[in-house]
Amino acid sequence: MSLNRSDIENIAHLARLSLREDEVAGYVETLGNILAMVGQLDRAETGGIEPMAHPLAGLTQRLRVDEATENDRHALYQQNAPQVESGLYVVPKVIE
Amino acid sequence: MNWETVIGLEIHAQLATRSKIFSGSATTYGAAPNAQASLVDLGYPGVLPVLNGAAVRMAVSFGLAVGAQIAPRSVFARKNYFYPDLPKGYQISQYELPVVGKGSLDIVLEDGTKKRVGITRAHLEEDAGKSLHEGLAGASAIDLNRAGTPLIEIVSEPDMRSAKEAIAYMKKVHTLVRYLGICDGNMQEGSFRCDANVSVRPLGSDRFGTRAEIKNLNSFRFVEKAINYEVTRQIDILEGGGKVVQETRLYDPDKGETRSMRSKEEANDYRYFPDPDLLPLSIEARFLDEVRAALPELPDAKAARFARDYGLSEYDAGVLTASRELAGYYEDVVKRVAGEPKLAANWVTGELAASLNRDNLEIGESRVGPAQLAGLVSRIADDTISGKIAKDVFEAMWADGRDADAIIEAKGLRQITDSSAIERAIDEVMAKNPGQLAEYRSGKDKLFGFFIGQTMKATQGKANPAQLNELLKKKLAGP
Amino acid sequence: MSAAPLHSRGLAALASGLAQREFSSVELTRHLLGRLEAAQPQLNAMVSITGEAALAAAARADGAIASGRAGPLTGVPIVHKDIFCTEGVRTTCGSRMLDNFVSPYDATVVANLKAAGTVMLGKANMDEFAMGSSNETSWFGPVKNPWNTAMVPGGSSGGSAAVVAARLAPAATATDTGGSIRQPAALTGITGLKPTYGRVSRYGMIAFASSLDQAGVLAASAEDCALLLGAMAGFDPRDSTSVDQPVPDYAAALATPAKGLRIGLVKEFFDQGLDAENERQLRAAFAVYEKLGATLVDVSLPNVGLSVPTYYVVAPAECSSNLARFDGVRFGHRCDQPRDLLDLYKRSRGEGFGAEVKRRIMTGTYVLSAGYYDAYYLKAQRVRQLISADFVRAFEHVDVLAGPTSPTPAFPLGAKTSDPITMYLNDIYTIGANLAGVPALSIPCGFVHDLPVGLQLVGPHFSEAKLLAAAHAFQQETDWHARVPAVWQ
Repeated sequence: MSLNRSDIENIAHLARLSLREDEVAGYVETLGNILAMVGQLDRAETGGIEPMAHPLAGLTQRLRVDEATENDRHALYQQNAPQVESGLYVVPKVIE
Repeated sequence: MNWETVIGLEIHAQLATRSKIFSGSATTYGAAPNAQASLVDLGYPGVLPVLNGAAVRMAVSFGLAVGAQIAPRSVFARKNYFYPDLPKGYQISQYELPVVGKGSLDIVLEDGTKKRVGITRAHLEEDAGKSLHEGLAGASAIDLNRAGTPLIEIVSEPDMRSAKEAIAYMKKVHTLVRYLGICDGNMQEGSFRCDANVSVRPLGSDRFGTRAEIKNLNSFRFVEKAINYEVTRQIDILEGGGKVVQETRLYDPDKGETRSMRSKEEANDYRYFPDPDLLPLSIEARFLDEVRAALPELPDAKAARFARDYGLSEYDAGVLTASRELAGYYEDVVKRVAGEPKLAANWVTGELAASLNRDNLEIGESRVGPAQLAGLVSRIADDTISGKIAKDVFEAMWADGRDADAIIEAKGLRQITDSSAIERAIDEVMAKNPGQLAEYRSGKDKLFGFFIGQTMKATQGKANPAQLNELLKKKLAGP
Repeated sequence: MSAAPLHSRGLAALASGLAQREFSSVELTRHLLGRLEAAQPQLNAMVSITGEAALAAAARADGAIASGRAGPLTGVPIVHKDIFCTEGVRTTCGSRMLDNFVSPYDATVVANLKAAGTVMLGKANMDEFAMGSSNETSWFGPVKNPWNTAMVPGGSSGGSAAVVAARLAPAATATDTGGSIRQPAALTGITGLKPTYGRVSRYGMIAFASSLDQAGVLAASAEDCALLLGAMAGFDPRDSTSVDQPVPDYAAALATPAKGLRIGLVKEFFDQGLDAENERQLRAAFAVYEKLGATLVDVSLPNVGLSVPTYYVVAPAECSSNLARFDGVRFGHRCDQPRDLLDLYKRSRGEGFGAEVKRRIMTGTYVLSAGYYDAYYLKAQRVRQLISADFVRAFEHVDVLAGPTSPTPAFPLGAKTSDPITMYLNDIYTIGANLAGVPALSIPCGFVHDLPVGLQLVGPHFSEAKLLAAAHAFQQETDWHARVPAVWQ
């Protein structure tokens, strides 16, 4: 599997990562190598094998009791926020 | 060319849980900004989701109510995309294995015919927060109180052929979720909203046309207007030789038109995959039995029972079962006035409904309660007052909250059923109007109404109409 | 009474010394803080040293001991890997993205160990978001190996490992997604245990790959690991993947002898890539087990050779999604003067994440994207099933599996940074246990060119007690785990 610059740029866009010009070439090479290495998976015969999403087979989701247990702590939580105003997180204008 | 409209709806119903789907935050509407956004809702580093059992129960009850298969094993998946109101950068939803499978709902069309609308699936997911665009120059403000509110997304088959059908279906789902007590149905607050997939095709074609998805419609009126606008827009394009573009559109209620959503223009690649923070959801037979046993009588079953047991028309039965509260009100009245279900139905769908509508009240807020209305209907049934007088009594009850009996006594509205008293009144009227009497007797039958009116007037409307009719005929005919 | 300096004593010895009031927690804490500060320029093992808070906690612990309210770990100083959220304390995950992030809450691991009375000395350096095998991807610079500061300590829990190896703290918490506890344990000559997936809560542990991440412990000996694991493990209702199963008394189980233990030697782990000197040390270790009465059995894990490619689909896929929350809106790095929303996202993330993290996010984004999901992600999930089944089958015949932890001893700083694949192959023997969710530990079993090498033991689900007992039996016969680099003695 080989990738070109525009593949890397598309992936970086989908992942919302800005890349410097000089980084792109490196990723073209290393991601290509990783995908080639991952290509070894084709050697495995997996017909009829269930995909394994979780290491503990047979366990199922536990259910929480429906209770409101959280308090208003927005002032504390927003201490880590880069920009807030009147309790709201502020971002550049969202265009719909 | 004649065109056929094809519509499928994706309805989002917020589940009426106390806490969010994956956190212990309250779900109360209208809290201060971000006051109900916990670490889990904010997607803080390190936090994890734990599923709310009540949300599962509610989704399953919906599935059972639409006759759907409930998946014994369903899986939560992540839908990955970046948006400021989506704190984790992914929405936890269900993708390949939803909890509710295929089901259906029957709707009644305007001409009275029934139509079955297929439900493809319904899945559990979390709601996003809200972006506010007013008040900040060049910026948007994010309130994450709504983030993590449980939703079921109910996906229909493309079975509807007009805006009217779409509304009928949406109203049916709206009625159902409120019957089940799983959604408050408040459309203004966004608790119940839908996306409409709309396309058109030449009548008779069996292939679907290219569809547009109209997002976030939060009133029945908007759904109807948006669909009708969109249908016209698409037909105009096609008749002008153009092609409809598959895209997401937004309905602008101020302009009454739909427009393309710029933010969704880019082809999305949501990279769904099973959420490794959550295990498969297992619904066991016992849980299913419990939910089934707790289901209320559903609208269609209730309407059928009303028609059968109370001898109502299908139409009246449908009106009276439009909400669980209205049906409950009606049955309360019926229980209190034995043997008069039709009369009770007429009053509930007539005067009561009109007054509620006029004053913009819900049935639960009615100024005349079921016991009071039953009191009034009983007085009609036992001939204490006539139906005509009863309307005045109802007005008075609505205005000051007194019981029917109190008003009848206070205003002296009790009906005159004593034959001799009615005869005396007739005699007086005949004596006062010799000319008209002569004309009547010489064959002018139309004057019968005149005598009815005069006698009623003489008794302040209290004469029993049937008795009056009979006695007057006898008297006018002469000795 | 021996006059051994406090820092040379293990967790268990310190706990009993504190309980017997041989020394105070404040005394011990001050001593170790001094060593941590002094070692920082050479080893760079810590991101934050929280001296003031540590001394306050130590004073409280002394009070508890004095009034007879002490638990088994009251007053014992430890270090947390900087991947665990600590309330009111900067939590960076080794990333510029979280350079200024102060967690408003404690991870369950941190809360459990606080409740057990431990004193946190600070937060250990680590590979950025736990992505790395050499501790060179940290925004705060590489950690050096205490045995030779020109060498890497392994990763991603390199800071935690270096702290224990240089006896700056008796134990440290760590996490292991593909070998991040065991490989640094091997490369620094200490004992490290990755428990069964679900044994220790993941709540408050900043996620790398959710279906593989597991918190564990690093300490000098299996005995110390047993003590610490007992205090941090257990069911957590806030983690849906936490398993509701009682925590055994690991310390009590240590006495179980190795006699009769069936040890499976994984054939595939000796096939290729393993350093010959390293193998010689392992064979000597197996001989020790034989002497103890254990039986050695050859076993095969036919699909384990595909662990690395499987891992490099599953882990990046999960990480690409887990790290999407770092968007410059609610916490973390935000770029200066964003032009618009897209620019805010791209530059905040582009600047906040280092090269390896970006590489993995992009790899994961790619393998999940439309058209590639089946070929990569689903395929890897199926192979994961095969690998997992190999382990299940092997444990029908043996109690534990044994093999190398790492193909080579510690390598020089910078030696593998330019070629990610070479770096990834460091975890060739450790990744299998993460894919299968089984517990595994690494114990020191010798030296090659004056650098420690590790022996890995892998057990079936929830066999931590058995693994610790097997490791303890070995450590009763050998003193590799007691060796300390001369300069840090």
